Amino acid sequence: MAQLYGLLAEFEQPKPLQEAARRAYEAGYRKMDAYSPFPIEGLAETLGNKSSKLPFLVFLGGVAGGVGGFGLQYLGMVVFYPYVAGGKPLNSWPAFIPITFETTVLLASLTAVIAMIALNGLPQPYHPVFNAPNFASASQDRFFLCLEALDPKFNPAETRQFLEGLQPLTVTEVEHWSDETLERAPAAAS
Amino acid sequence: MQSSKTVQDAVEAKLATPVIARGQTYVSVTRKISEIVLAKDTPRGWFVGFTLAFALLMGLMVGAAWLLLKGVGIWGVTIPIGWGLAIVNFVWWIGIGHAGTLISAILLLFRQEWRTSINRFAEAMTLFAVAAAGMFPLLHLGRAWFAYWLMPYPNTMGLWPQFRSPLVWDVFAISTYGLVSLLFWFVGLIPDLATMRDRATHKAVKVIYGLLAMGWRGSAMHWHRYQKTYLLLAALSTPLVVSVHSIVSLDFATGVIPGWHSTMFPPYFVSGAIFSGFAMVLTLIIPLRKFYNLEGLITSRHLNNMAKIMLVTGSIVVYSYMMEMFFAWYSGNEFEQFAIFNRFVGPYAPLYWALMFCNAVVPQLLWFNRFRANEMVLWIVALVVNVGMWLERFTIVVTSLSRDFLPSSWDVYTPTAWDWIIFAGTIGLFLSMLFIFIRLVPAISMFEVRELVAEKEGRLTHH
Repeated sequence: MAQLYGLLAEFEQPKPLQEAARRAYEAGYRKMDAYSPFPIEGLAETLGNKSSKLPFLVFLGGVAGGVGGFGLQYLGMVVFYPYVAGGKPLNSWPAFIPITFETTVLLASLTAVIAMIALNGLPQPYHPVFNAPNFASASQDRFFLCLEALDPKFNPAETRQFLEGLQPLTVTEVEHWSDETLERAPAAAS
Repeated sequence: MQSSKTVQDAVEAKLATPVIARGQTYVSVTRKISEIVLAKDTPRGWFVGFTLAFALLMGLMVGAAWLLLKGVGIWGVTIPIGWGLAIVNFVWWIGIGHAGTLISAILLLFRQEWRTSINRFAEAMTLFAVAAAGMFPLLHLGRAWFAYWLMPYPNTMGLWPQFRSPLVWDVFAISTYGLVSLLFWFVGLIPDLATMRDRATHKAVKVIYGLLAMGWRGSAMHWHRYQKTYLLLAALSTPLVVSVHSIVSLDFATGVIPGWHSTMFPPYFVSGAIFSGFAMVLTLIIPLRKFYNLEGLITSRHLNNMAKIMLVTGSIVVYSYMMEMFFAWYSGNEFEQFAIFNRFVGPYAPLYWALMFCNAVVPQLLWFNRFRANEMVLWIVALVVNVGMWLERFTIVVTSLSRDFLPSSWDVYTPTAWDWIIFAGTIGLFLSMLFIFIRLVPAISMFEVRELVAEKEGRLTHH
């Protein structure tokens, strides 16, 4: 059996969505999300999301890359395979800088991409909003605000009324097929 | 008088075209770009182009197989010219890649909105150019199957690569550059892959794009992290791209060969790389936008701006040529002076003067609005610059090596048919991948163009 995941309001342009997000937050809604076909500056903050810790992780990745890259060269050239080339000292650190730079950039970039994907909870093939019939346009030309049923302030009738007050194109119910329903589904079919 | 005035006005109006044609909507741009990929019928022209490129690629297969069987002796390389076409091509291809990173990263940091409709394509070009470039150091090893010896890994011989050598720096620079470019390109693609998933009608196509999009749904918090990542990647790629060609130039500059041993090489090589890269973007994008009628998205403004960047970087390159001559004279070093003199009148002099014609004379046309507004002239200038930059690398590599210090060790290098087959083969590899890319992936970033539409139409609330 499908449960109600939330109510989805559809807008034609980003401005009304930005306005709707602001009003929903002011009305006390917290469990909600907005969906748009391109990034909208400041929308995540309007919805009450805190800034991401991603840049800090990238910094850590860069430090690990730099220390690791230099350490690798130091171990190789000074400890494990000491070999004098061009009359330079064994720890000829200026010659180690280019590779240290490259490994710093490499690890910072890898961290950025992996952290972005992981913090976003991707890959995630199933999400309830995909059940909404018009949601395919969220990646093309429509802007959505979804107020979720788990929010303490959520009430099917009142929330619908609130959303309709924001003059959206449509307000649709988003169904959620819980794990339980999915497990029972094959049995029902047989 | 009246007519010349109107011609001038028309040229100026053309160069001032907005970065996106008026009247575009989210739907119109999305449809225009995605339909190139989702269309059932592949245009005939695509097949013709792909077939030609693929035939060249088969030449690479044959050439590489024969090379692995017989060794590098099938090339014209000899002592003292051990580097030959392989290194010329390597430097040429790597340089071409640099325009992609410049467009996607540096222009993003400078908030140049005209980068939006060309960045995806230019990044793809970077990836494929790096792939083509990577062929040459591997094949030039002679025993390509030992390429992994270049990497530090625990081995029973207890050996380590020489980390003080620019050739080992190169291994790290090129592999990092290739990998980071791939990440940047893929991250840029994720939202567009979601659009493709939602627009595809065929079940299998939907599933494939769906898997690649990883369930992207355009959530506000996702976009927030996404943009942070994208900006950070741009900030990381900017010094990276400068480092790559600097390190390539150090392969030469740390050598004692006259004509190589110069502190000027890193900036000289980096500007040359951007010069040749923009020439290649123009060479490819002018026919592409014509073929797929993309003039509304890739406008005269884009071509004009790219031509201006070519003019600037080309001028830096010409300045470097003059400085090379000046340093040789001013150093008082007779070997350095001979190296330059040998370029003027030595056995490779015709190539040197052809290089000067291609890189120093022809690009001067770009000073004139009239020529920057003319696609045909731009395309020809870009082609000529591609050739010129190849000749520049030939001059640096071959002319310098062929006559160093002792006349008793001089020799002349002539590329063999296999040199040319393998070079043409990498062009085939590059173009084949580009053709496949255009057919399978949206060649223009749809979500960024939509963002541009919203900005132009004043659809966003600014904080």
